[in-house]
Amino acid sequence: MPACVTQSRRHPSFLDFVPSLLLALVLVLGLAPPPAAAAQDSLATTARTLEAAPPVAAPAPAADVVGVDGKNDSGKAIELSWSASPDEKAGIATFTAYLVERAASTAGPWTRVDSLPRGTHKKSDTVERGQTYVYRVTALGPGGAAAPAVSAPVKAVAQWFNTGRVSILLAMLLFFVLVIVFTMRAQAGEKLFVRRIPGIDAIEEAIGRATEMGRSVLYVPGINDIDDIQTMASLNILESVSKITARYETPIIVPCNYPVVMTLAQEMVKNGYVAAGRADGYDPDSVRYVTTEQFAYVAAIAGIMLRDKPAANIYLGSFYAESLLLAETGFSTGAIQIAGTAQVAQLPFFVVACDYTLIGEELYAAGAYMSREPRLLGSLKGSDYMKVAIILVIVVGCVLETAGVTSFKQFFASQ
Amino acid sequence: MMNLLPVVLTAIVGILIILSFFIPHPIVAEPAQVLQDWAIVIVASGYVLGAANVYKINGEAAIKQQKDWIYKWVLLGSMTGMMVIGFFFSGGTQFLGDGSPFKWAYDYLYVPMQATMFSLLAFFIASAAFRAFRIRTVDAALLAVAALVVMVGRVPIGNLMTHGLPESIQLPTMANWLLEWPQNAAKRGIAIGAGLGVMATGLRIILGIERSHMREEA
Repeated sequence: MPACVTQSRRHPSFLDFVPSLLLALVLVLGLAPPPAAAAQDSLATTARTLEAAPPVAAPAPAADVVGVDGKNDSGKAIELSWSASPDEKAGIATFTAYLVERAASTAGPWTRVDSLPRGTHKKSDTVERGQTYVYRVTALGPGGAAAPAVSAPVKAVAQWFNTGRVSILLAMLLFFVLVIVFTMRAQAGEKLFVRRIPGIDAIEEAIGRATEMGRSVLYVPGINDIDDIQTMASLNILESVSKITARYETPIIVPCNYPVVMTLAQEMVKNGYVAAGRADGYDPDSVRYVTTEQFAYVAAIAGIMLRDKPAANIYLGSFYAESLLLAETGFSTGAIQIAGTAQVAQLPFFVVACDYTLIGEELYAAGAYMSREPRLLGSLKGSDYMKVAIILVIVVGCVLETAGVTSFKQFFASQ
Repeated sequence: MMNLLPVVLTAIVGILIILSFFIPHPIVAEPAQVLQDWAIVIVASGYVLGAANVYKINGEAAIKQQKDWIYKWVLLGSMTGMMVIGFFFSGGTQFLGDGSPFKWAYDYLYVPMQATMFSLLAFFIASAAFRAFRIRTVDAALLAVAALVVMVGRVPIGNLMTHGLPESIQLPTMANWLLEWPQNAAKRGIAIGAGLGVMATGLRIILGIERSHMREEA
């Protein structure tokens, strides 16, 4: 039984009534004033005490309120700063908090923005673009409110350029220039060297093995939607893969996690079959939507692996916790497995459980590598030169930081 | 012309989204936001296609009693059942509210099955780790030694085993060093390469160099 119930059911004892009996006895004998008279005496005593105590003073006011248009935004923020109340600085108990208010003009009406227990900055990010505001900051305390400090009128304006992203813009422009230059050189007939990527070379071998065994090829394009560039890269590879399966007359199964991915995958597989000259071999049902739910998707693919026993499993795209579930199930069926992802945390699982793994950028390079189209190979070369530039920047940054020069690092700190 | 139009649209939309990253002004930011809202609408409407595809592929197999047809009936029955419960017996738009039959079915049927699938990961990690740590090459030996140091260094017994040694050669110190220096360096290298790959792929698509996802009529 709970303690509270036990207590509520306790029978009153005689001792409980003793104080009441004593009070009644005192009143009856006239030894004490009646309750009303006692209350009046109490109020009078309290009033005398208050008159005698020194009054609590209002805190010293904040000062120098300055409102500035928020930087690098779409005109929705004003940044406020002020000089702290001397009482806050001294830690005196007369100060409790700052009340920040704003109005269209000093005549009001004032709207509460926030209250802060301390500090001298506030970003007000709910303002109307183009509207003029005045702000006031009032120091509050148990003794009341100090005289408010009022800012000059300030207006939030949309900026035309985010100055915190200059370094990104420069890097991106350099990269674009490199890619375009090498793409043009490749189109002009220059032979570009691209190193071997064993994982991609193994795709044809895996499909050939599936053909010899009379089994299908399973292609998993990751579990993200089309807005993930890894999914896009995977679908570009799918066209080349389906071209090979079409040539070898080997069935391909592409279970998709999102409907939009499914429609694009259908196009890719169809393109592959058309490019291989076997448009009639294309089976629209080979590309199918399964589910968007992560582990239901895993269960469906594991079912395909265990029932249909594909001889080659290709996992290319974005993967999360399902990477090892898929790869280990595929391993148990004895299939050749080729995986590729840019999800760094999932790479170890694929490396362990698959025969070949495309690591990070190799996934993005695979489409160009397989198609051997000069324009696409040019973009790979551009990426390589950009990597050299990044390595140089890192080395220079390390040297300057070691020498105590921090401006170089700050330039690359983006907002 | 039919081939050029998607390329031009892709280029315009892609450039606008890139510009919105650098230009916060509403002239650029608001159209970019509208385009992203459109993308959500398109993706949402795609689920109609997805459901139709599930019914078509599994319905044919179930009716024709192809291989494993019984599972197809289970799938179709479950899917239809959830849709009927969600549409007609779960308070309309409040179908995800507490106590609705749809929420009940999701929480007490789907979630346990999902947890079951996820829990398999523990066994798969053990089997994969067993294979990974078999020392057959120099690389595998390095991997096994590093893994051993990290694993033992992260548990109290690792601290107990080496607490009498100088701090620099204690297991927790070595485990932290492995995680913070060689491991982080490798991860960041992969991340930089992947980032460039993202930019290169995006640029190829925006410029129309990579357009295999747009059907090219023969």
